Amino acid sequence: MTAIDLPASTATADVEKPQKLAPRRYYLFALPALVLIAGVIIFPWVFTLVMSLMEFKVGGSVEFVGSANFAKLFADARFGESVLRTFWFTILAVVLPIVIGTWAAVVFHREFPWRGVLRTVFIMPMMATPVAVALVWTMMFHPQLGVLNYLLSVIGLPPFAWVYDPSTVIITLVLVEVWHWTPLVMLIVLGGMAALPSDPYDSATIDGATDWQMFRFITLPLILPYIMVAVVIRTIDALKVFDTIFVITQGGPGTASETLNIFLYLQAFQFYNLGYASAVVVVFFVIIIALSLLLLYVRQKLKWNA
Amino acid sequence: MSNRVVAGGIWRKLGLGVSVFALVSPAILVFLWMISLSLKNELDNTAYPPVFIPNPPTFSNYIDVFEKNNFLLYFWNSILVTGGAVLIGLLVGVPAGYGIARSKAYRTAIMILIARMTPALSYLIPLFLVFQILGLIGSISALLITHLVITIPIIVWVMIGYFEGIPQELEDAAYVDGATLWQSFRYIALPLARPGMMVGAILAFIFSWNNFVFSVVLGGKNSRTLPSAVYNSLTFEQISWGPLAAAALLVTLPVIVLTVVAQREIVAGLSAGGLKD
Repeated sequence: MTAIDLPASTATADVEKPQKLAPRRYYLFALPALVLIAGVIIFPWVFTLVMSLMEFKVGGSVEFVGSANFAKLFADARFGESVLRTFWFTILAVVLPIVIGTWAAVVFHREFPWRGVLRTVFIMPMMATPVAVALVWTMMFHPQLGVLNYLLSVIGLPPFAWVYDPSTVIITLVLVEVWHWTPLVMLIVLGGMAALPSDPYDSATIDGATDWQMFRFITLPLILPYIMVAVVIRTIDALKVFDTIFVITQGGPGTASETLNIFLYLQAFQFYNLGYASAVVVVFFVIIIALSLLLLYVRQKLKWNA
Repeated sequence: MSNRVVAGGIWRKLGLGVSVFALVSPAILVFLWMISLSLKNELDNTAYPPVFIPNPPTFSNYIDVFEKNNFLLYFWNSILVTGGAVLIGLLVGVPAGYGIARSKAYRTAIMILIARMTPALSYLIPLFLVFQILGLIGSISALLITHLVITIPIIVWVMIGYFEGIPQELEDAAYVDGATLWQSFRYIALPLARPGMMVGAILAFIFSWNNFVFSVVLGGKNSRTLPSAVYNSLTFEQISWGPLAAAALLVTLPVIVLTVVAQREIVAGLSAGGLKD
């Protein structure tokens, strides 16, 4: 089935008595990549860790300050607020896509006319350039001229403040996030549904189970591991959201949408507190590693169950 | 198999139809609105109630984007940065995926995964300082090097998965026949992993193309990539919705086309690795 195209000279006569096999130096294959990774990934990690112990302002002096940056960070009310805001944003930006994405997977698992085309349309937001989409959302959120408030008025609802009010900005940004990433949840869950057995459904139908009962007691338990994978991936992604928030609100109004990543950006590249910003990265990094390990654990469990 | 809708009555069909409509319409609304804004003159774009269908459609916004905003320069920058980073990513990432999969170097694999998960922004402080010392801030090469942060981990990660799926026995046979390690990689594993390379390249291309923050921090006036160039035209010039929507559409068009054309590869890549930028 596969053409193995080896040079003829390598086919030696003494196949029955292979010589002692040389050790296979697989690491040589990984070497060029590891060198580059060391340069652009490992070096920044280590450097950031060192920087987080320094007082470093661009143009100013560099000074070892130990854990002072962290002490300052944990006492910084603006940082604390941004962490809480990030968690609040993350919870919403995980739960909503998970619920809607699972629903979408159930829907697209069925057969109906134009399913392929409609699924493609549904997936499109996932790959669209976040900045480009954020610009369009910004225009749509415009309080007077935006199309969204017009659509609300058509169905008889009062105008909404969208990103122009501290009390609604987070939920509005969550909406953009839901729009963007629900398709990814759908794909992961749909992947899980492809492996569903059909027997339980047949007997449930005979027993007169409703659609909801079949979903609740057969489908859901079986796809739960996939939903868990989606939860972890969504959590990590939601924690890191930057592009859309930065383009739409720059963290405003005031600091009402300043999440951890925006706080980090402002500290590093607006105020140039590089040491302080590095401490933020370290805290961020710890959270991400913990979640990545959780993801590995869940995927491992998934393999055992499969 | 579990195709139960056939037996369903009118209510089920109706429910399904409403569900599909509710799920798909937000995507359609945003993309159609984007197209509509880009084809209307400024008067219609700021009219209330909004004008939905451009009448007559105008291409002046697109002409604006190309003539006034140096769009082609930024497009070329994006091609150079993303193209270069994907090529280098493939060149080093494919063998690395092979090496890691075959030597079962799981700790390296976990490191790659964590690299995939770390926010792009967090690499920027050290790289910013290094490029400043080297005088490379505002150069294409600084951006290209930084984009390797995106492309290498994703390609390696996808390739590990693909090479793990290729049975070791095929290579063992060749090895017994006296093939060198390089030959068994080059003539057996590599051809079989071609679909994986496709998946890795497409995902790396998309995430690199869409990246915004690297170019915001490291890009100069003439070396920006498209996303940050479009964003800058928003902040530094008077906001005009038509040209902005046209530019936004042009930025995301290559990725959208790729998504539609290579949907199968993208779905395979994302559900296997289940990971994105």
